[in-house]
Amino acid sequence: MDIDLITQILFAAVKTGTPLLFVALGEVICEKTGVLNLGQEGMMLMGAVVGFMAAYGSGNAGIGIIGAMLIGSAMSLIFGFLVLHLGANQVATGLALTIFGTGLSAFIGSSVVGHTIPGFQPMHIPGLSELPIVGKALFSHDPLVYLAVVMAFLVSYVANRTRLGLTIKAVGENPHAANAIGIKVLRVRYLAVMFGGAMAGLGGAYMSLVYTPMWVENMTAGRGWIALALVVFASWRVGNIVLGAYLFGVASIMHLVLQGMGWSISPNLLAMLPYVATIVVMVLISADQFKEKLLAPRSLGKPFDPRQMA
Amino acid sequence: MKLKSLLVGLGLLAGMGTAYAEDDPFKVGFVYVGPVGDLGWSYEHDRGRKELEEYFGDKVETTYVENVPEGADAERVITQLAKAGNDLIFTTSFGFMNPTIKVAKRFPKVTFEHATGYKRAKNVGTYVLRTYEGRYVSGVAAGMLTETDTIGYIGSFPIPEVIRDIDSAFMGAKSVNPNVKMKIVWVNSWYDPGKETDAANALMDQGVDVLLQHTDSPAPLIAAEKRGARAVGQASDQSQFAPKAHIFSVRDDWAPYYISVVEAVMNGTYKPSDYWGGFQEDMLSLASINDNLPDDVRAKIDETYEKINSGEFHPFTGPITDNKGNVVVPEGHTLTDQELAQVNWYVEGITDEIPR
Repeated sequence: MDIDLITQILFAAVKTGTPLLFVALGEVICEKTGVLNLGQEGMMLMGAVVGFMAAYGSGNAGIGIIGAMLIGSAMSLIFGFLVLHLGANQVATGLALTIFGTGLSAFIGSSVVGHTIPGFQPMHIPGLSELPIVGKALFSHDPLVYLAVVMAFLVSYVANRTRLGLTIKAVGENPHAANAIGIKVLRVRYLAVMFGGAMAGLGGAYMSLVYTPMWVENMTAGRGWIALALVVFASWRVGNIVLGAYLFGVASIMHLVLQGMGWSISPNLLAMLPYVATIVVMVLISADQFKEKLLAPRSLGKPFDPRQMA
Repeated sequence: MKLKSLLVGLGLLAGMGTAYAEDDPFKVGFVYVGPVGDLGWSYEHDRGRKELEEYFGDKVETTYVENVPEGADAERVITQLAKAGNDLIFTTSFGFMNPTIKVAKRFPKVTFEHATGYKRAKNVGTYVLRTYEGRYVSGVAAGMLTETDTIGYIGSFPIPEVIRDIDSAFMGAKSVNPNVKMKIVWVNSWYDPGKETDAANALMDQGVDVLLQHTDSPAPLIAAEKRGARAVGQASDQSQFAPKAHIFSVRDDWAPYYISVVEAVMNGTYKPSDYWGGFQEDMLSLASINDNLPDDVRAKIDETYEKINSGEFHPFTGPITDNKGNVVVPEGHTLTDQELAQVNWYVEGITDEIPR
């Protein structure tokens, strides 16, 4: 394997990992407040289709991005209303949201099937992009790739270094205690759910505006689920999420690269790699049950009713 | 209320049993695996349907059902179309084969035509395209245009149709460029733009500068356009996706066949058969050959097309050796359609193995 190829693989891995990173960053905040939203795939698809339609209609990819984030949070509000207001089961509601988003996106997107847009131009960071190997691999991407990294720093900072981060943590660990000291638990959860929705929409828009600048039914092809697994994989830590997203990126393109190099391994086996990696990590994490209990938000998946005592 | 609707339903069923009157339109149903807007496979079948309507005017009435999953749903959809009084039903994906045969048994008066399958019955015929003809020309163009002597091929599933086309493309490329090599990547899908993009990029990362594909989305063309490589469009005219990279598209055209089958069934001369259509039958064509091609490449494309079109040349004419050294087509023999349907070897020079 020559140096150029390594550069190319790194480059592709960063690109492939970026939509996962967006979605996982949104979901981790959502889960830190104790809400498990399995609707990521549906929100991504809605973000992809609405983002594409907005960008196609206006001729401006930026408007596409904003549209995608808006529709993502609108979708998540449906989820929020059902689980936070009406106390519906989070797992079932999240699954319903995925199914709903898959169908609705196919329905409203039928008019733009077969069109394409120019998308974003790569942005070479002066100086850094001329470095050997890493220059091309890390610093010659489209603006959204950098946005994802900036968002990761931001989310990490807010979660670990600010009062808001503490509030989020309190709500996720013990909502009754948080309520008792005057934190508006449902409001925090609503905002977190909407943030998650906006980020999922952004991840979807990355697929339809940058990755393959077109809209096709079900084009996220399960990436929302991988992002969900990624959050567990990273044990709710932002730094691990960043690493994990790019690692998944490598895993999912490796099988194509190896095939091109003439390895006679069944492509099915290689295509399984990212999923196998998910399962392995899940097993590793759950094997050490004590560890998981320490890391997972304690009220994850449980509804909160302020009238009830803990 | 319930009784009334039941009676109405029975009345309709009874009406269907009787032979259609002279001025009743001849009804034709279509079942598509994808959306009609896929700008590929299903889009082209629907174009054939529209031309059929135009050709016959009021005499023919068509309906279609799009996005039908292969499997149990297909059987339900085909049954519905048969019950709705269609005289002829086209089912247009390989996976509709068994449902078509099953439903055909229950509706012996309805004629069925299944694309790309191999099971036939008294009222079921099959039809397929000689896509390998277009593939050979694609290979010739790719062999001349590649500067790295490396062509990339994005495959869907390792079934005979796809393997045959890979062989054909490689033989085409080899005929103009003895040094040419081919890298093959399987994505295990007919339509997954994300994966097709990844595959295209992975191939280009490894020195490929001309891409061929047996998957249906324009994603590889878009990827090629971005990186200054070249690619051939699949199934439909995909030139608008890649104004610079596009070499030409091998376009499917089902209308001639649809018109001839409808005519035969209407006149009572229809007999189920296994129909193969290609350049000669105007069912395959080279669409939007790019003006930016060098003159010699353009001339060679036209020449190869003419040779195949006139019947002077058939890509699978012996001697052909597979990549394990066995003679698979002896000298002086040309593969019959039946043999073509069973190609499961890579031709000599492809340094790769068919995934099992």
